[in-house]
Amino acid sequence: MTTQDTRTEEEIALSRRNFLGWLGKGVACIGAVVGAGSAIGSTEIVSAKRAFQQDDEQYAESIKNPPKVPDYNWNDHDWAMGVDTDRCIGCLRCMEACKMENSVQMDANHYRTWVERYVYLEGTNTAIVDTQTDPKNIENAGSETKFRFDNRYKDVKVDKAFFVPKLCNQCEHPSCVQVCPTGATFKVKDGPVLIDTTYCIGCQYCVQACPYGARSFNESRGTVDKCNWCYHRITKGLNPACVEVCPTGTRIFGDRRDPDSPVSIFIRNNHVQVLKPEMGNAPNVFYKGTDKEVV
Amino acid sequence: MEHVFEHVTPYVGYVYPNETDMAWSQLIVIYPYITGLVAGAFVVSSLHHVFNIQRFAPISRFSLLTALCFMIFAPTPLLFHLGQPTRAFNAVITPHWTSAMAAFGYVAGFYLCLLLLEVWFAFRADIVAMSKVKTGLLGKFYGLLTLGSDDVSERALAIDHKIARILAMIGIPSACGLHGYVGFVFGSLKTREWWSSDLMPVIFLLSAVGSGVGLVIVLYVIISKFRKVPTADDTMRGLLYVMFTGVTIVMVIEGLEMLELVYKAREGIETVRALVAGPIWVGMYIQWGMSLFALVVTSALLLFDVHGKRLVGWLFASGLAMMIGVLAMRWNVVIGGQELSKTMKGLLTFYPELFGRESMFVVLMISICPYITLWLVTKVLPPWNDTIASVKHKMA
Repeated sequence: MTTQDTRTEEEIALSRRNFLGWLGKGVACIGAVVGAGSAIGSTEIVSAKRAFQQDDEQYAESIKNPPKVPDYNWNDHDWAMGVDTDRCIGCLRCMEACKMENSVQMDANHYRTWVERYVYLEGTNTAIVDTQTDPKNIENAGSETKFRFDNRYKDVKVDKAFFVPKLCNQCEHPSCVQVCPTGATFKVKDGPVLIDTTYCIGCQYCVQACPYGARSFNESRGTVDKCNWCYHRITKGLNPACVEVCPTGTRIFGDRRDPDSPVSIFIRNNHVQVLKPEMGNAPNVFYKGTDKEVV
Repeated sequence: MEHVFEHVTPYVGYVYPNETDMAWSQLIVIYPYITGLVAGAFVVSSLHHVFNIQRFAPISRFSLLTALCFMIFAPTPLLFHLGQPTRAFNAVITPHWTSAMAAFGYVAGFYLCLLLLEVWFAFRADIVAMSKVKTGLLGKFYGLLTLGSDDVSERALAIDHKIARILAMIGIPSACGLHGYVGFVFGSLKTREWWSSDLMPVIFLLSAVGSGVGLVIVLYVIISKFRKVPTADDTMRGLLYVMFTGVTIVMVIEGLEMLELVYKAREGIETVRALVAGPIWVGMYIQWGMSLFALVVTSALLLFDVHGKRLVGWLFASGLAMMIGVLAMRWNVVIGGQELSKTMKGLLTFYPELFGRESMFVVLMISICPYITLWLVTKVLPPWNDTIASVKHKMA
């Protein structure tokens, strides 16, 4: 057997292994999504709140012994997110994944991320906006833990409609950090704005100060809650949960220091905008294909 | 299924999902209201202590005690509001200085100390006198209050007077600072169109003076009735002047702010108009109606040079009107600001809870506390010169 042959066999074996690996991962992911989806649906009847979320004891433990990430240096990264609104189909898997991943309260008033639906009816110049949290959508779905839009526009003529995913913009100049009286919320070197829930006094001044409505108050913990781009995942080299589950590639995440990262390519190849630039917060979530009506 | 409808603040148009859980409740309405009453009462007391305007002498010590008793309870609504009240001192231990709220502990603490000191100097002679007249436990208590200083010679009293005056002089900018600062907490937030105004600190300060003077008038008239002592006509006229000035300026500036908002007509002005005509219309009617009532009444009292019983009656009414009007104004600012969504495309309607940690019941309890404390404190330290005279007479 020649060396050439060996190499080819090795390569074939490798590619086969890769293929099987990917297949396995794919099946596992689908399984996880299906399982989680049905689990959320079923456990909702038993307990009104959390499905696969941390319970209070687990939360206390994670606060007490935060996981160590030895190989991570926050000076080497500059995380950013891109949102390609043209791709969003409003399936809301991102909302669901976020709620589960981050133990967000399972009611309709507390979100780390959500998706807005903008609809221009024929002959109108302004959009009608709603989200899954609209009581009509919840009524249609039958539960606030089932994330879906209703089909209310099926009998009317629609000029234009699109979805806009929202989340914390992890601003360069975060007004929430500016107003925090204790310094419990802070911006880390690699981008995200975090909250030290063991130090937050729960005054909710930051909730008022956020121009994007990205912060909410967790009554049971007495502290404020917000999206942190799944900091526990990105520091381990994983994508945020919402990016991971997005089936259409609407959400793009990566390191801006790396010119070949998905987000760098996205920003380079598209005309991107940020939300409410007049606030001076300099957001780090970049949108492609938004509209004048987007708030 | 019921869960969502129980907690959602009802809204029209589009609001961000997290906004349906309103962050600041009615407790944050009474917090600036109470500090406002402190500032106003303190101004009245300073008119005598600093500017030596004699017509305010009969009520200067009473207004000082009023300011103290309300100041003691000023931080209470905040404590009830915090999600983690036991961590309240984090803001004092590690203040994050870019936050307007970080200064609260220091500003309020400083002002409380200042008030305590001023009260002690203003009442020291009486405390010494009481410690000599009263016997038993009460005597011991007054003895403790003297802090071991029972020198009531002319020279010592002159020094007391001088120090009280200096403290009052420091107190005026402090009171203005304290309340202007509360206005800044709201006015400095660029997020909310209804709050984000450079005039906010001035409006808060001036309406504070208006409501504080109103409080002093109302309490003075009621207490005089109970004590069966006539109110001093000169004092009432003086309060009338302060009231008239306060209500005039505050109405002009509030009017200017509204005018600017409507005239600039930035994005979302339709929603601002809908807010005024919708969720807060009752509050707006009360605020402007009461202010207008106070303005008309005080103007008429000045114009027709009214004295005596009629002056007392009408000034009492306008003082009460001012207190109610400013309370409504606080509601319109704090709750109204949050009812106007950050999207500028929707309006929420806030319904206060009746019972619970952040409820109307708690608001009621906290609002009553300063009055009860004031009643107790006036028992211990009678601020009226005639009662002091009787004690001194007993001594002699």
